Amino acid sequence: MEIIHSIRPLLAILVSLAAAVLILFFGKHRNIREFWTLAAGVVKFGLVLSLLPMVLDGKAPVTEILTLADGVSLKLRVDPLGLFFALIASSLWIITSIYSIGYMRGLNEHAQTRYYFSFALCLSATIGVAMSANILTFFIFYEMLTLATYPLVIHKETPEALKAGRKYLAYTLTAGVFLLAALVATYSFAGTLEFTPGGILKGTADHPTLRLLFVAFIIGIGVKAGIMPLHSWLPTAMIAPTPVSALLHAVAVVKSGVFGCLRVLWFVFGTGLLSDLGVWIWLAGFAAFTIIVGSLVALAQDNLKKRLAFSTISQLSYIVLGGALLSESAMLGSTMHLVNHAFMKITLFFCAGAIYVNAHKTKISELNGIGRRMPYTMAAFTVGAMGMAGLPPVAGFISKWYLCIGALQAEEMLFLVVLLASSVLNAAYFFPIVFRAFFRKPEPGAGEDALPSGEASLFMVIPLCISAVVSIALFFAPNVPLHFLELAKTVVRQVLQGG
Amino acid sequence: MYDSHFPILVVVIPMLVSFVVPLVGMWNKKLPFYMATTAMIASLATSIGILVQVLQHGPISYRLAGWAPPWGIEYYIDHLNAFMTVLVCFISVLITIYSQKSITQERPDKEVHFYCILLLLFTGLLGMLVTGDMFNIYVFLEISSLSAYALIAIGDEKAHFATYKYIIIGTIGACFYLLGVGYLYIATGSLNIHDLSTLLPPLYGSKVIVVSSIFFILGLGIKMGLFPLHTWLPGAYTHAPSAVSAYIAPLMSKVAAYVFIRVLFTVFDIRFSFETLPIMEILGWVAAVAIIFGSIVAISQSDIKMMLAYSSISQIGYIVLGLTMGNREGFIGSVLHILNHAFMKACLFAIVGAIIYRHGTRTIERFGNLHRTMPWTSAAFAVAALSMIGLPPTAGFFSKWYLVLGAISAGKWAFVVIIMISSLLNAVYFFRVIEHVFWKPRSGGIDLPIERNEAPKSMLIPILVLAIGILALGFASHWIIEMVIGQTTPAGIL
Repeated sequence: MEIIHSIRPLLAILVSLAAAVLILFFGKHRNIREFWTLAAGVVKFGLVLSLLPMVLDGKAPVTEILTLADGVSLKLRVDPLGLFFALIASSLWIITSIYSIGYMRGLNEHAQTRYYFSFALCLSATIGVAMSANILTFFIFYEMLTLATYPLVIHKETPEALKAGRKYLAYTLTAGVFLLAALVATYSFAGTLEFTPGGILKGTADHPTLRLLFVAFIIGIGVKAGIMPLHSWLPTAMIAPTPVSALLHAVAVVKSGVFGCLRVLWFVFGTGLLSDLGVWIWLAGFAAFTIIVGSLVALAQDNLKKRLAFSTISQLSYIVLGGALLSESAMLGSTMHLVNHAFMKITLFFCAGAIYVNAHKTKISELNGIGRRMPYTMAAFTVGAMGMAGLPPVAGFISKWYLCIGALQAEEMLFLVVLLASSVLNAAYFFPIVFRAFFRKPEPGAGEDALPSGEASLFMVIPLCISAVVSIALFFAPNVPLHFLELAKTVVRQVLQGG
Repeated sequence: MYDSHFPILVVVIPMLVSFVVPLVGMWNKKLPFYMATTAMIASLATSIGILVQVLQHGPISYRLAGWAPPWGIEYYIDHLNAFMTVLVCFISVLITIYSQKSITQERPDKEVHFYCILLLLFTGLLGMLVTGDMFNIYVFLEISSLSAYALIAIGDEKAHFATYKYIIIGTIGACFYLLGVGYLYIATGSLNIHDLSTLLPPLYGSKVIVVSSIFFILGLGIKMGLFPLHTWLPGAYTHAPSAVSAYIAPLMSKVAAYVFIRVLFTVFDIRFSFETLPIMEILGWVAAVAIIFGSIVAISQSDIKMMLAYSSISQIGYIVLGLTMGNREGFIGSVLHILNHAFMKACLFAIVGAIIYRHGTRTIERFGNLHRTMPWTSAAFAVAALSMIGLPPTAGFFSKWYLVLGAISAGKWAFVVIIMISSLLNAVYFFRVIEHVFWKPRSGGIDLPIERNEAPKSMLIPILVLAIGILALGFASHWIIEMVIGQTTPAGIL
């Protein structure tokens, strides 16, 4: 890959940091404050987008900021996988910002300045995670993300929220410590921390040590990726406001986890070393377990956001499973699921939030007939639900298709069965909601007031419709919005050539 | 043309000023503060001059009154003590500026004495750093310790007992050190550090030398507050006046740690420290226990000064742990942690002093909603706390990075685990405070509109400088290591 020095990756990170400062200063003027959020979102997306032609050309824009230790710098490099993730995060930030305005104003939430401030910081950290050139830079942004999300998780400041915050920190900081140990050990063995397609660890230490290192890495990133049994912070963190759950706990935070997982699998260990070590099968096993158990637990949830949380846990493991299977199609499916799941899940969370703001309902059992009052919201919900179950014409079908082919290529029938069973389970816990919303009458005696008179504010309905439309567009033309498929194919080609 | 006399000037300026302070203080109680600040700024400038000289021309040897070593007293400054001198001067200047309001409020009658003794303490610390003579170190050690006893004693109502305990234990520590020096003198007839380092290796088999090394470790262990010799430390740090805690906590134990490094790596070489006796093996485990012990006890404290004191015990463990790894990374980690921890602890104790100044409390449970009344102070607290936990990109992360790297290079995986556990324990007690400062209502359930009541500027600015310093040191750590700390690695360590 040809390297070109460019300041744009750094700018893409700094934009939202600058916005965070401005948001603090203009905290008292809510229109100006929210203008900064949106402006930063658009500029950030523009900057990330401007890197796309270069990356498609096979160039790698690099910003080297300063040296952190011998041979390791604070360095950004935009490779196809990094850009892929950066595009998802920055495009979704814009629509989430619009949605946030509707949600936060609709509920008249307190501490909105802190909310927008932390949100902007999170986005800086996420883009930093996406564009890190080495594990140390990745780690720095990864920990920043943990800290920046903490104020969002405890937003309500109730004892319950504080408890959730403590749990969140307990999980993520413990993971951070494991990750730190793993990356220092990697540095000690390999002398470098640079993400390289095909890995940097081959032949640097004996196999038992490397297996131990692999476990440390997976614990380090598995927490954010929600791999069972490291997942339990995620449903607890659903106490946060819905836009936070939507962008951060369905997209930025957990996606940073799975993104990190792919980085470790493909760019630190490398496919060759992973099959030599034989550790991929452990990871795939845990992922398969998570897919099935996550779905089963989701079935039992009556709280809509909790059900979505467990669905997220289960769907994230699709990506991990695809990454671990190491066959070409599985890797492609895994990468594509990063974007597909992001758009579908954010739609679902937006719908949950809209229902909460408009009707103050959090329980699925209370949603009878709501589709008649909020048809656009529930239509978008249906699109998301179909995508989760892997049905055409929604994007989820594409990634699931590649994943299934990947399982066949890897000759692992068990995992194929897991993927198919999960589709059925997804259908089983999402379609009853759709059914209730559209085909059941409201509970007798609840009266007319029990249901909202119409849709939520446009600030909320438009974003959720956009994300639903994109979810469908990604099915028909996965290459048209932002060249996702092409990028994913480049990633897989690079990794397989390298390792 | 004075620059060749910098090594002595850095010590003499504050000493002479401290003698004048009581006289001036008799007719004007405000002036001593300005005199102390000026003297410290002069020392800071001188120490920077020394550092520049050392960086350009290598170590400086200065003969007191022109007597050639080993007969006369030699001041010998290499990268390690030049760097430490700048650090001590810098923190001293900041904390002295900070102390004005705080000490005026806490002990209005004692201002003049305070600045007089503070300058003596400063003199003692600098003297220990610049001198190249073992007995001279003892003299300055006693100057600094005696001044510290006096300063701590003007604290709250429990300060007298805490000081008494510190005097007894501290004097035992000084005695151990003096005995160590005496034994070396008996065996070699020399007190000059570099002379000793050439005279000692043939004598490593001698029991006198072995005993003296153990005396040094015990004596300096007490002075540093190394577990299990730490018992004086929590009381002394907690009951001292705020400004004194903010001065003593970051600096005194660090200077003792510097002497510890000198003794184990320059006076005795690493062959002795690592091979002749299993000193380092044992010290490594002692440090590991210190790290865990300090953190666990810190968790259970409700007085924030007590919590910070126990956290210091744990952090001293980090510094010693790095030294015992016997490789370059571990050593760099230790020295870097001396620097970082000095900034973090100065910042944290200064913040606590500011909170006491405004709200008169140091009970963690009563910090609710502090971020509304003191937003800048609270932000600085968050930065320092994150650095104590070792989260990037703060300075604390980088010392942890080198310590873990050192442990892995030395193959000491147990220490990696210790550092990991300790980071999490740190997170437990610091996030507990953060919860109170940022999220919990002050008392009762309702958020009342709270007036902004930030610390006065002369207290706030030093706090913010330290907090920014913590961030800057993180980003500059590689540069600092390349320029200075990397040069301090003792001979024989790879």
